[in-house]
Amino acid sequence: MTIRFYVPLDAGAIAVGADEIVLALEKAAAQRKVAIEIIRTGSRGLYWLEPMVEVATEQGRVAFGPVTTADVGSVLDAASSNGEHALRLGIADEIPWLKRQDRLTFARCGVIDPRSVDDYRAHDGYKGLDRALTLGSDGILADVKTSGLRGRGGAGFPTAIKWTTVAQTAGDQKYIVCNADEGDSGTFADRMIMEGDPFVVIEGMTIAGVAVGATKGYIYIRSEYPHAVEAMNTAIVAARKAGYLGNAIGGSKYAFDMDVRVGAGAYVCGEETSLLESLEGRRGIVRAKPPLPAHQGLFGKPTVINNVLSFAAIPFILNGGAQAYADFGMGRSRGTMPIQLAGNIKNGGLFEVAFGITLGELVDEIGGGTASGRPVRAVQVGGPLGAYFPRALFDTPFDYEAFASKDGLIGHGGIVVFDDTVDMANQARFAMEFCAIESCGKCTPCRIGSTRGVETIDKIRAGDKGAANIAVLEDLCHTMKFGSLCALGGFTPYPVMSALKHFPEDFGATPRLQAAE
Amino acid sequence: MTSVYEVWDADRAAEIIATHKHHEGPTLIILHAIQAAFGYVPEPVIPMVADALNLSRAEVHGVFTFYHDFRHEPAGRHVLKLCRAEACQAAGGDALAAHAEKKLGVTIGNTTADGRVTLEPIYCLGLCATAPSAMLDGRVVGRLDTNRLDALVSEAQR
Repeated sequence: MTIRFYVPLDAGAIAVGADEIVLALEKAAAQRKVAIEIIRTGSRGLYWLEPMVEVATEQGRVAFGPVTTADVGSVLDAASSNGEHALRLGIADEIPWLKRQDRLTFARCGVIDPRSVDDYRAHDGYKGLDRALTLGSDGILADVKTSGLRGRGGAGFPTAIKWTTVAQTAGDQKYIVCNADEGDSGTFADRMIMEGDPFVVIEGMTIAGVAVGATKGYIYIRSEYPHAVEAMNTAIVAARKAGYLGNAIGGSKYAFDMDVRVGAGAYVCGEETSLLESLEGRRGIVRAKPPLPAHQGLFGKPTVINNVLSFAAIPFILNGGAQAYADFGMGRSRGTMPIQLAGNIKNGGLFEVAFGITLGELVDEIGGGTASGRPVRAVQVGGPLGAYFPRALFDTPFDYEAFASKDGLIGHGGIVVFDDTVDMANQARFAMEFCAIESCGKCTPCRIGSTRGVETIDKIRAGDKGAANIAVLEDLCHTMKFGSLCALGGFTPYPVMSALKHFPEDFGATPRLQAAE
Repeated sequence: MTSVYEVWDADRAAEIIATHKHHEGPTLIILHAIQAAFGYVPEPVIPMVADALNLSRAEVHGVFTFYHDFRHEPAGRHVLKLCRAEACQAAGGDALAAHAEKKLGVTIGNTTADGRVTLEPIYCLGLCATAPSAMLDGRVVGRLDTNRLDALVSEAQR
């Protein structure tokens, strides 16, 4: 009997040895004269257990992890005999960390072969598109509205309004653009879904095309993600071959096709208008809005531009799940958010859950605290432009409005954990330095302000007129926040000001030291 | 080991440009393809791209210089990129970067004197749950510690 193994081909798993595990498995099986079959899947997102190897059994897929090449022989023996093993995690679907999630968008990720349209279809794939093709534009837009979906890139703009605007704008050519320029440190959900379930992104973009009358799509992937680029290219070819891209998609009257475009290492191109400039072959300089991309986007044509996770949420919604999706969440944040736990964290990975879970639950219960075992001092939520939150704010629920009310943002859902060795003045300096490196240069507050910010923080850290320079820094942040053209200059003040507000002692303002005396 | 890249050849560059110029907004695609072939973007390419796309030299030069990926000169034989972003900082990335600089005798952003290794910063590989991370010639490595980094550096120096 052939034993079937599942090993991730996700870059995060490969980075910790998944490819070596495959070679070792093949070798061990040959030595033992055991017949095995290895299927490469995406990652389930339990990264501290990667490389996580799964074995098909009558009871379901049994997981082992984290597996090293030295463990492979004994894992194979345990798999052959269905016996015990120190790394045996039980039935994968029953692992509490996975079971506690609300996996709507990531339901298939880590389960299916991301290169197979058939496997995708066997797991509810393309059912959303099939239904969308019978609904037509108005029906699709109604479902998206019902779901309450808001753009998952960070801004949280209602997706239905954006799509309706494009649908109502006349144009001889319209475009669907997927923003896969996931540059925020601490985020990897886009990468994971592109590598683990690329067809869901393609299906979401195709549905968008049908909804607004666009026939051409681009997915702009950052060059730092070569595995995702390959996965998307492979999937696009497979979707074309299966009749899901091209003319008469799924045998309908609609046409839609798409291509991958690769960025070139500019963080600012994650900003939508800068991304459009880059797609057009120009410097990634931010455009002033209006005109909105929905009216004049790519090549001046009406364009839907959404994040990977927004498109990936669509197939579930269109497969009769609009109300079910809206039933998750809190307040105006409906549905689920794939939250990414990263940095100095014990149980790092992707945790998709309904909005409303608190930051403390995420960091302490689910994340298990720091990997270093030291106390958590600060977490940065929402990437390099997100605020640093201290423990005192851990009761904040994961919700767009709740975070905004605490001068923070959830952004793309990344949480980076720092222990008590972190120097928050240094983190504030890095935020300004990063902005200076990545500024497109179009507006003055961002271009000049970031460099002046680095200089000012250096003076504060050197003890040079501390109080006066803190006032200068606050004033500078105010100017950047309200005077910048886009979120790069406009949001860099979030990490800086939050570090200053919550951790003043690191800037030489020493209230904590005084309190300790 | 000999270089994996082709030596500069204007005819070959013209061929690459012709292959890709039909795309919508092809400038980045062409520059990527040129760099994939030659290992960098040789200066004579800029006016060739400008001519082919009916753009000014300044426009193409502007695109070339805007993006961090495009190289003005060939890199070392191996390129070691260390993630310098927040998630890797939280996991001890700063100390590892300093260790790599000391080990290789160059600061980040530079190539060793023997031309073997270019050490570069990268801002996020999306491997933030297995931080700190690095990329050696396109191969990703996570959970870096001093031992794993030493092994990577030795591999790059070979």
